[in-house]
Amino acid sequence: MNSLILVLASLLYLAFLFGVAYWAEKRSARGNSLVTNPYIYALSLAIYCTAWTFYGSVGRAVGHGIEYLSVYIGPTLMMPLWAIVIRKIIRICKVYRITSIADFISARYGKNISLGVIVTLVCLIGVLPYIAIQLKAISSSFKILTNQGVVTTKHIFLDDLTFYIAVGLGIFTIIFGTRKIDSTERHEGMVTAIAFESLVKALAFSVVGVFVTYSIFDGFGDIFSKAAQIPSLKAQFTLEEHQGEYASWFWHTVLSMGAIMFLPRQFQVAVVENVNEKHLNKAMWLFPLYLLVINIFVLPIAFGGQLLFPDGSVNPDNYLLSIPLKFNQKALALVAFIGGFSAATSMIIVETIALSIMVSNSLVMPLLLNFPKVIAKYEKNLSQLVNNIRRVAIIVILLLSYIYAKAIAQYFSLVSIGMISFAAVAQFVPAIIGGIYWKEGARKGAIAGILLGTLVWFYTLVLPSLIGAGLFPQSILDEGLGGIHALRPLALFGLKGMDDISHSLFWSMFFNVGAYVSLSLISKATSIELNQAVTFVDIFSHAKLSDHTTIWRGTAYHQDIRNLLGNFFGEKRTDRVLRLFAQKHNLNLENRRADPKLVTYAEKLLAGVVGAASARMMVSSVSKEENISMEEVISILKTSQELMVNNKELRKKSIELEKATSELKEANEILKRTDKLKDDFLSTVAHEIRTPLTSIRALSEIVYDNPDMDVEEREHFLSTVVKESDRLSRLINQVLDLEKYESGRQNILKEMVDIQDIIKDSIETLYQQAKEKGIDITFTPDRFAPKFEADRDKLIQVVVNLVSNAIKYCEPDRGEINIATHYVEGCIYTSVQDNGAGIAKEFQRLIFDKFFQAEDQTIKKPKGSGLGLAISKKIVELHQGQIWVESEVGHGSKFTFMLPVV
Amino acid sequence: MKEKLKVLVVDDEPGILMSLEFLMKKEGYQVFIARDGEEALDIIEREIPSIILLDIMMPNVDGYEVCHFVKKTLKLSHIKIVFLSAKNKESDMEKGYSLGADLYVPKPFSTRTLVAKVNTLALGIATS
Repeated sequence: MNSLILVLASLLYLAFLFGVAYWAEKRSARGNSLVTNPYIYALSLAIYCTAWTFYGSVGRAVGHGIEYLSVYIGPTLMMPLWAIVIRKIIRICKVYRITSIADFISARYGKNISLGVIVTLVCLIGVLPYIAIQLKAISSSFKILTNQGVVTTKHIFLDDLTFYIAVGLGIFTIIFGTRKIDSTERHEGMVTAIAFESLVKALAFSVVGVFVTYSIFDGFGDIFSKAAQIPSLKAQFTLEEHQGEYASWFWHTVLSMGAIMFLPRQFQVAVVENVNEKHLNKAMWLFPLYLLVINIFVLPIAFGGQLLFPDGSVNPDNYLLSIPLKFNQKALALVAFIGGFSAATSMIIVETIALSIMVSNSLVMPLLLNFPKVIAKYEKNLSQLVNNIRRVAIIVILLLSYIYAKAIAQYFSLVSIGMISFAAVAQFVPAIIGGIYWKEGARKGAIAGILLGTLVWFYTLVLPSLIGAGLFPQSILDEGLGGIHALRPLALFGLKGMDDISHSLFWSMFFNVGAYVSLSLISKATSIELNQAVTFVDIFSHAKLSDHTTIWRGTAYHQDIRNLLGNFFGEKRTDRVLRLFAQKHNLNLENRRADPKLVTYAEKLLAGVVGAASARMMVSSVSKEENISMEEVISILKTSQELMVNNKELRKKSIELEKATSELKEANEILKRTDKLKDDFLSTVAHEIRTPLTSIRALSEIVYDNPDMDVEEREHFLSTVVKESDRLSRLINQVLDLEKYESGRQNILKEMVDIQDIIKDSIETLYQQAKEKGIDITFTPDRFAPKFEADRDKLIQVVVNLVSNAIKYCEPDRGEINIATHYVEGCIYTSVQDNGAGIAKEFQRLIFDKFFQAEDQTIKKPKGSGLGLAISKKIVELHQGQIWVESEVGHGSKFTFMLPVV
Repeated sequence: MKEKLKVLVVDDEPGILMSLEFLMKKEGYQVFIARDGEEALDIIEREIPSIILLDIMMPNVDGYEVCHFVKKTLKLSHIKIVFLSAKNKESDMEKGYSLGADLYVPKPFSTRTLVAKVNTLALGIATS
């Protein structure tokens, strides 16, 4: 094939990629963002499949049979757990504005600089070869396609193709990866382009797969039965062949489970680029489906290739290109080439961005901060400095990868380098997983674990391959380092019978986890470490409080904080952000001294741009900080989230006393409040009625005044009028209803009823509504509850009200509502429990008052009339019963009403 | 006569929002809409509208806060603010005006009167 065509095709494809990214960013600027689509998120995760998947799977299948599947089975098995872990990590990263793995680990262990540096370096060492191999895959696929035709290829140009591709990708990455500095580090254009590339590679692979399976052969059955006749091929789809196969299946699967979470590019797309935690729910099944699709034709192509080239003249890694060429299907070969090209480019782009963020935030910035002169030079424009560092980092990373691809990569196959990268990244797993589930996990443990693990990884995996390349003497491999037999890299301490990846993973994890756990247990945490540990592990109860929980004391001046932020965000944005924060927390910005809350907030904003460790340094550079003792940290954390009730007995007594006092106070408060509520009642009713009335009046006036308006628009307006009228009449009915109860004019009609029937009927009316929102309702009846006298319709009204409230306040797709009845000592208890947002203590009584809606300003709530619970309470009381709620913020609510059976 | 002035409409009630959007567009203004205070602030800083029709009771940042912010910010303080609210007690109106609002229109309102009032404000901007 003509090399010019290939170059043009590659360039066109890259240009198209630019177009997609540019278009996505334009759309997003118009407020029409694409990344709010969960499918884009799920597709972007498929960046997991690189050129290694695209070309290498077939090669691996030829060499090792179906073992190639282990790296896809791992993520597939992992997905449900992945969603749980990643959801927690996403929440932590959003609250603390963390933008890379290095930043995450460093922030968790006391915003420690050296940890950030170590993680960044390990990532660079582990991942650079992986990028290099992608470049190599592009250039070798190029060679295969061009060598076919006439031998007039210009070799100089050919050799430099890798270089030009690296340059093109560098430009793309710089444009879409470092355009703006934001404290969220999201790149919508890039993500959209990546999602698009995922489609391209899956499509390209499938097209070739279909060609091989159905055009050359006669379907799956044909290929498999032909292959089964040849014993060497038959062995490939059984598990028998190799010794120790099961162990290596296990280790490879485990390894890929870690990789799907913590490879820098996966972390970038799954965590940093995530805009909505709910996207995880879709990704959980879509991503495995993608893996299935892209793997379905691997075996047919592998067998097809071997049947077509029985003499082994073609490298199996190249079947995807060589098979179409053999049948002179040049267009098809070009499709395969573009597919591989897209697999490689997407990986290179995202991996480079992720690495460049780490290099700038966790490596260069913390170092630069020690040179105030350099920083001073960029004053007022520090975000430019960060951006420039990233650009340089991108160029350097790509350049090093290019050199690596030229100089060293020839000694390795596609798959082995990928696996070596996986194993490097696996060294972060203990520190991260421990960091979010184990409060005792400490900085010293994390540092020692990662360092030791990486050392063992290098010794048992990288060193042998360097020896293989002739860079070190063979004797190390045969006799061990310094002639010590126990130190043979491929049989450390005499462990044999495993493949090199499993062997390395076993020992590196052994030392990594061992050091992490033991040092964590014996070392004493500093106050900042403890603070980070508790807030990371308990993120779900801390997220809402994070603005209020402040572990910082000292003196800082507003002007300094303002200047510091101004350097990154510009004066205008800084001013707005500070004023909004001050308004929200009622702080006075005119004071010279800054409130600790504001200082903490400023640090968090900065962390998004320069990483947690650098932000910590910057803030301490403009403030005089006081040391806070460990005891104080603990007490602050305790009061802020009512942690750990230690001495139960003692506390109980004092609580009882407190309770008595507070009950008195509360009673007084309630009296005052009810008085005020009565006054407010009328004006609230008026307000609630005016709102729908406003819509009705305005919309109907418009329709009246504009007889020539668009039909569709008119219909929309009129249907809104009808809806608002409904809302209005519902409201009026409820007000009248309540008034009847309050004045005692409401009668109840008693008949014999069965509580189970009442609940079943109530659920039935709400079933559809719950189903649409993806909420499960379960009912646990008490068979021994007797029938009793009550007003059936009114009780249904109560249950419907409680359950529909529960549906309203539950998160979609995660909500669970449990209804239960219990018959105890002459009373029937009916409870409706949900796992929604919960209700704060101080509101738990007030919610039964009319028109009360918890005044939490941060959440937009579905609005009701505000009368439902008040009416329910009246109905229950008319039955001589009681209704109450038990709830804790973040842990759902349980409404119970008790009815005596007379 | 009437230039293409920018008008921002802020309300969390879809029915009210769509009617105001229709009315303002029909008068030839360039219309932006926001469903809460935060979204409104984003648009205000980006577009610097000439007139804002502002609801008061909204989640997150409420109308009072938006008005306060706009009137206290030098570059934005010239923006005319028209409160539209179902809170129409004397004290509510006083609070609105004390924050620097230019008009306080109680809900429900007559669309013709509202349009006339907005046009008058716009004329004032055009001639000054």
